[in-house]
Amino acid sequence: MTRLVGYDALAVALAVALFGVLAAAFAARRGEAALGALVRGSVFTLFGLTSVAVLAMVFALVSHDFSISYVAQVGSRSTPLFFTIISLWGALEGSILFWVWVLSLWAALVVWRNREISGRLIPYTGIVLLGISAFFLILLVGPANPFGLVTPVPSDGPGPNPLLQNHVLMAVHPPLLYLGYVGMSVPFAFAIAALISGDARQDRWLRLTRRWTLLAWGFLTAAIVAGMWWSYEVLGWGGYWAWDPVENASFLPWLTATAFLHSVMVQERRGMLRLWNVNLIVSTYALTILGTFLTRSGVLSSVHAFTTGTIGYYFLAFIAVVLLVSLVLVAGHSESLRGEGRLDAPIARETVFLLNNLFLTAFMFTVLLGTLFPLVAEAVRGVKVSVGEPFFNRMTLPLCAALLFLMGVGPALPWRRSDLAQARAKLLLPGGVALVVAVLSAVLLTRNAYAVAAFAFAAFAIVCNVREYWLGAAARRRAHGEAPATALVNLIAANRRRYGGYLAHIGVVAIALGVAASSAFRKEHDATLKRGEKMSVAGFELQLDSLWGREEPQRAVVGATLRLMHDGREVDRLTPRMNFYRTQDQPVPTPAVRSRLWGDLYLNLMAFEQDGSSATIRAITEPLVPWIWIGGGIVCLGALVALSGPARKRVPVHETTGPEREPSPLPLPELEPARTA
Amino acid sequence: MNWRRALIAGAVAIPIIGLLRFGLTRDPRAIASPLPGRTAPAFDLAVFASGNGTFAPTRGERVRLNDLRGNVVVVNFWASWCLPCRDEHAQLSEMSTRYANRGVRFVGVVYNDVTANALRWIDEMGGQTYPALLDPGTRTAIDFGVYGVPETFFIGSDGTVASKFVGPIPASVLQQRIDSLLVAPVP
Repeated sequence: MTRLVGYDALAVALAVALFGVLAAAFAARRGEAALGALVRGSVFTLFGLTSVAVLAMVFALVSHDFSISYVAQVGSRSTPLFFTIISLWGALEGSILFWVWVLSLWAALVVWRNREISGRLIPYTGIVLLGISAFFLILLVGPANPFGLVTPVPSDGPGPNPLLQNHVLMAVHPPLLYLGYVGMSVPFAFAIAALISGDARQDRWLRLTRRWTLLAWGFLTAAIVAGMWWSYEVLGWGGYWAWDPVENASFLPWLTATAFLHSVMVQERRGMLRLWNVNLIVSTYALTILGTFLTRSGVLSSVHAFTTGTIGYYFLAFIAVVLLVSLVLVAGHSESLRGEGRLDAPIARETVFLLNNLFLTAFMFTVLLGTLFPLVAEAVRGVKVSVGEPFFNRMTLPLCAALLFLMGVGPALPWRRSDLAQARAKLLLPGGVALVVAVLSAVLLTRNAYAVAAFAFAAFAIVCNVREYWLGAAARRRAHGEAPATALVNLIAANRRRYGGYLAHIGVVAIALGVAASSAFRKEHDATLKRGEKMSVAGFELQLDSLWGREEPQRAVVGATLRLMHDGREVDRLTPRMNFYRTQDQPVPTPAVRSRLWGDLYLNLMAFEQDGSSATIRAITEPLVPWIWIGGGIVCLGALVALSGPARKRVPVHETTGPEREPSPLPLPELEPARTA
Repeated sequence: MNWRRALIAGAVAIPIIGLLRFGLTRDPRAIASPLPGRTAPAFDLAVFASGNGTFAPTRGERVRLNDLRGNVVVVNFWASWCLPCRDEHAQLSEMSTRYANRGVRFVGVVYNDVTANALRWIDEMGGQTYPALLDPGTRTAIDFGVYGVPETFFIGSDGTVASKFVGPIPASVLQQRIDSLLVAPVP
């Protein structure tokens, strides 16, 4: 019953999506109103039907309906309810089902939010989203059907992949990732629609797109940070990023989307970079699909699965369509996408944005190259190679440093033109601070050149971005006599997009500091302790108190309880564990992390004697790791602030007579050209 | 619309798609098992389901790989919670019957499972024609380097592992691999 409801909802949803795309061709002739109504109707119906299918699957999982193939694959009577529900996205078929649902949710939101807007842009956007949904629905109805029939009905299933039922972040990371990843379909759909409808010649479509991109980008950022956190808390190696293809797959579109969020400002302000921006949007989407293909079709390493089936070929066909359609459309219309403005002076904010885009794109290509190289090498030379962390680290660290530097310079320079003297005046203070930080950290902390550079550039960027807040708030205090806190709040409220951006910069600096410090100063201590024995770690003593085991319905747990002592007093108790799931030989480590603002103490149970007499413990100290999570939160907060602001109308800065309004040393919001709608 | 530019740009997509197409033809996880060519790890496991074939040791009896020396042995690792195992069960049962009189012995080793579930599974699948063995602590699975279920190992009459197959095994592969072992000259 549940099976039929779910499957039929998907089949009808596919019919609706295809009908919407095909019927649009006829409705277009009967005028915009008919077209709009048709697309809205199709999109809302699609959303309703995919919601039914998702609810049917959740119900099947919760009711342990093992006659449904997906439940038989990931369900188990002994798995706790919470993990049973979220195993909706724990394997291939379910995650595609969830993907389609998120996609139809985005489509419904786009169509509903823009229902008042006339013209063909929005209906065409809806049609592109319906077309994309149709592809994923074909997968669900055919090769990746989650509602397959299993006979005879098994009495129990293996449960979800142990790694996926070991931590609550599993409930957070995938939905965020899907919201971000799938959300990039929206700007893509807008871009394709704008190219087809001819809207691409104006900038209106871009203003409509920007906030959707920002929203999806915010989700993607949160997802990447949550994924790092999850791997840190679950995988037991004390790291959070390994340049694994799956990680790179989420990071690649993030880089191009970040580049777009910056270069879009140049187009809005100056009418430049039109073609470039369309390219960034299209690449971002192509990279999300490429990433999904690479990690879910068994081309690069993926979770061990015997049944990858034929889904790879469907994805390949879809990538081919996406690439061909977007390349042909963008190149074919490239003449009408020519910009109208041009750079006035080398020292201006535009230049910084151009460099930022250059570096972010280079970053993307570096990561893409590293990810695809094993494939290229095997295709060309027939050898199996792997590209490891050293390549990525060596290639990307200079880019990171350059981006941190630009993140400071950008806010300090005005639009259009500046001169050397002015730039020097603006950059003197942050440059000085950076120099002091570099010298101090080289003398006191480390000889690692990368770490010193990271601290110096981070200091530079933080001074520049915080100063923008400081100067703005100070100006308000003087002009309006506001209290410091009020001035700060009003400053942000008056120009949320700009100060949201600066807030995101501050978050990125925090992440950079966390990454630099935790990699440069990471220390590992291994020791095999008998009960009562101690090891000393970073000024503390760790004493093995007991080694214990316990049976849980879905797993067996072995844990070690350790006392953390300081000056002979117990300050904390930590219990690193190993979880043994019945369907997997390898235990799943569950490290114990004592997190403080200045760093983490990370304990992992490496081995133990069966009789409980001794345990091998790895203790890792990693400074500033929490700053990565906090920084991620700040970036997302920045995105929220920027999103809450009203959309900006393009204010072309005309060739004025007389001196261009010189950027005041006090960036008074009131002095900026009106930027509210 | 400038079609010349469009065509040139479209041509850019072709090598990318070609590369990805190539990627689909290879398996990044295909790591050669060190086992083929070596003597199979000896096992000594208790029977928990005799099966209804000609080689049907009684329940509780022990099956030792060394005692089967001289026969071609097919060792299949499976579990009741494993979906692909359902797909290969009929082939295994059928081939076990077909090759029984030619000295080929099939054994199923159950992997990380509850005996009651495994017994019910065999019942539900309509019985099987070869014995099923218990592997406490998955010792034997570890010895054989089993990564997941199902995996099937082919052991020649001299006791060396000839090959292994990962995933549900098709009847044609079963037949071909057994045949190649039967004609192999005994060294």
